Amino acid sequence: MTLDRGAVGDLLAAYGGLLDDAKYEEWLGLFAEECRYNVVSRENHDRGLPAALIFCDSRAVLEDRIMALREANKYNIHTDRHLIGLPRLLRPEADGPVVEAPFAVFQTDQEGSTRLFATGLYRDRLETAREGLKIRDKLVLLDTFAVPTLLATPL
Amino acid sequence: MVTDQIWPALDYSRVPYRLYHDPGIYEREQQRIFQGPVWNYLGLEAEIPNPGDFRASYIGETPVVFNRDEAGAVRAFVNRCAHRGALVRRELSGNAREHICIYHQWCYGFDGGLTAIPFRRGVRGKGGLDAGFELGAHGLRPLRLGIVNGAVFGTLAEDAEPLEDYLGGPILVQLRRLLDRPVRVLGYNRQRIRANWKLYAENTRDNYHASLLHEFLVTFGLDRSTQVGGVRMDARHRHNITWAEADSDTAEIARQAYASARVRNDFLSLQEPALVAFHPDHGDKLHLVVTSVFPSAVFVQISNSLAIRQIRPRGVDEFEVFQTMIGYADDPPEMTFHRLRQTNLVGPAGLVSMEDGEAIEIAHRASKPDADHASVIELGGGGVISDRDYRVTDVPLRGFWSYYAELLGIEPAGAVR
Repeated sequence: MTLDRGAVGDLLAAYGGLLDDAKYEEWLGLFAEECRYNVVSRENHDRGLPAALIFCDSRAVLEDRIMALREANKYNIHTDRHLIGLPRLLRPEADGPVVEAPFAVFQTDQEGSTRLFATGLYRDRLETAREGLKIRDKLVLLDTFAVPTLLATPL
Repeated sequence: MVTDQIWPALDYSRVPYRLYHDPGIYEREQQRIFQGPVWNYLGLEAEIPNPGDFRASYIGETPVVFNRDEAGAVRAFVNRCAHRGALVRRELSGNAREHICIYHQWCYGFDGGLTAIPFRRGVRGKGGLDAGFELGAHGLRPLRLGIVNGAVFGTLAEDAEPLEDYLGGPILVQLRRLLDRPVRVLGYNRQRIRANWKLYAENTRDNYHASLLHEFLVTFGLDRSTQVGGVRMDARHRHNITWAEADSDTAEIARQAYASARVRNDFLSLQEPALVAFHPDHGDKLHLVVTSVFPSAVFVQISNSLAIRQIRPRGVDEFEVFQTMIGYADDPPEMTFHRLRQTNLVGPAGLVSMEDGEAIEIAHRASKPDADHASVIELGGGGVISDRDYRVTDVPLRGFWSYYAELLGIEPAGAVR
């Protein structure tokens, strides 16, 4: 199956836009029913160590994390801005097409001061659903693994 | 110059903000605390299983390396070339037969001893070092090491008491419980917090904040102040164990208690209950044990997530929390998976820990302009510093400050200890 580059771009644009608008429940809709979402530091990834910063092995855990963000967690008051680079469409694997894209997330505080919060690489395994592309397995490979302050809103 | 007059109260129930912000105090801490008669956690023997394995760590801001020699013994030294003061070992970890500074290729052994210098006799009979230059007098500064069940501690002070005496009975019991069998490193995480390092040392001793700041604990029933628990310290009160037992309260007791706190207490349920499920590792009911070792180590068990945190100061206004996530070498795959899933609870993105980064930064930011004002430490009452069998307390913070004052040479006459 060949991926449509335009559709991949639309998916990534929606991904960043929904997070930056704090529409996390809609953002969940970009994931397939069976999905995974892991944020892994480059330090662990390069050493073959399995621990993640965020480890959502199922949609249930991902939804729990969003509910906790809404209902329980407190964090630095800020807005996010995702800049997502051009995707590389990798050779499709047996269990679906894989796309990589570099990203940067800037955080801006209430007084308008912006800092680079994170940069890294998305590696997404996608699936084609009737209503379009969905994310089945997302790895956020985090270059900025000395996390500034804390990591609450999804990357 | 800060003196013993700085303390508004002899029981350390008031801590002047100056102590978190004064660069001169920060420098004195590096000398008198980190390079003083304390034992600093460096890392785990499990991280350097083979001869030649090395890892970089820190004592305060001082870079150090610990490694394993040919005979299997753990050695450590200050990672700074005797020649020009450059980092000798630049990688964070690896395996090597020797440690060579890239600047002028001075070469050191596992014990930090200087073994070779290029062009020592010059070239064609000209240049080089004087014949009287002794290699033996120019090694890397060695550390004294102590090891508790595979946890490696180091000190730069020749007069430091033995490690086991420094830790004291209750702390030793907890470290030996946590590290009662060989461990496996699951990974690391790091967090940069723009605040003074002592705010974090206080935070891990502060039982009072846990279920108020970290609402997830209460909202999802993981840990509550209504559970059986308390704080336990060493004889000098410099270290602390915050502990709690699972299933030791009821939802109704907790609901009533938290009705007065502005904490959501209607106990939402998770779609994935395994996030907070507890499978005892040690044949006891302890599901939360936070063991703070002065000055900068924290051994943490929250449910089945196990971790060791090292506070790494980075100037008066910033520190890193370097956290090593561990499991046990004999964990079956499903237990390893459970621990990985529970890493969601801890670290910079932790469901029950992320708030600390924000709370500590806002405390640092707002206290900076008014150095002579002081914070209040009176939960559990003032006066004597002692263990408590309840959780709404921050008494161990006063223990921290008492020992801190002693080491810094600012302990006032008549102060509690």
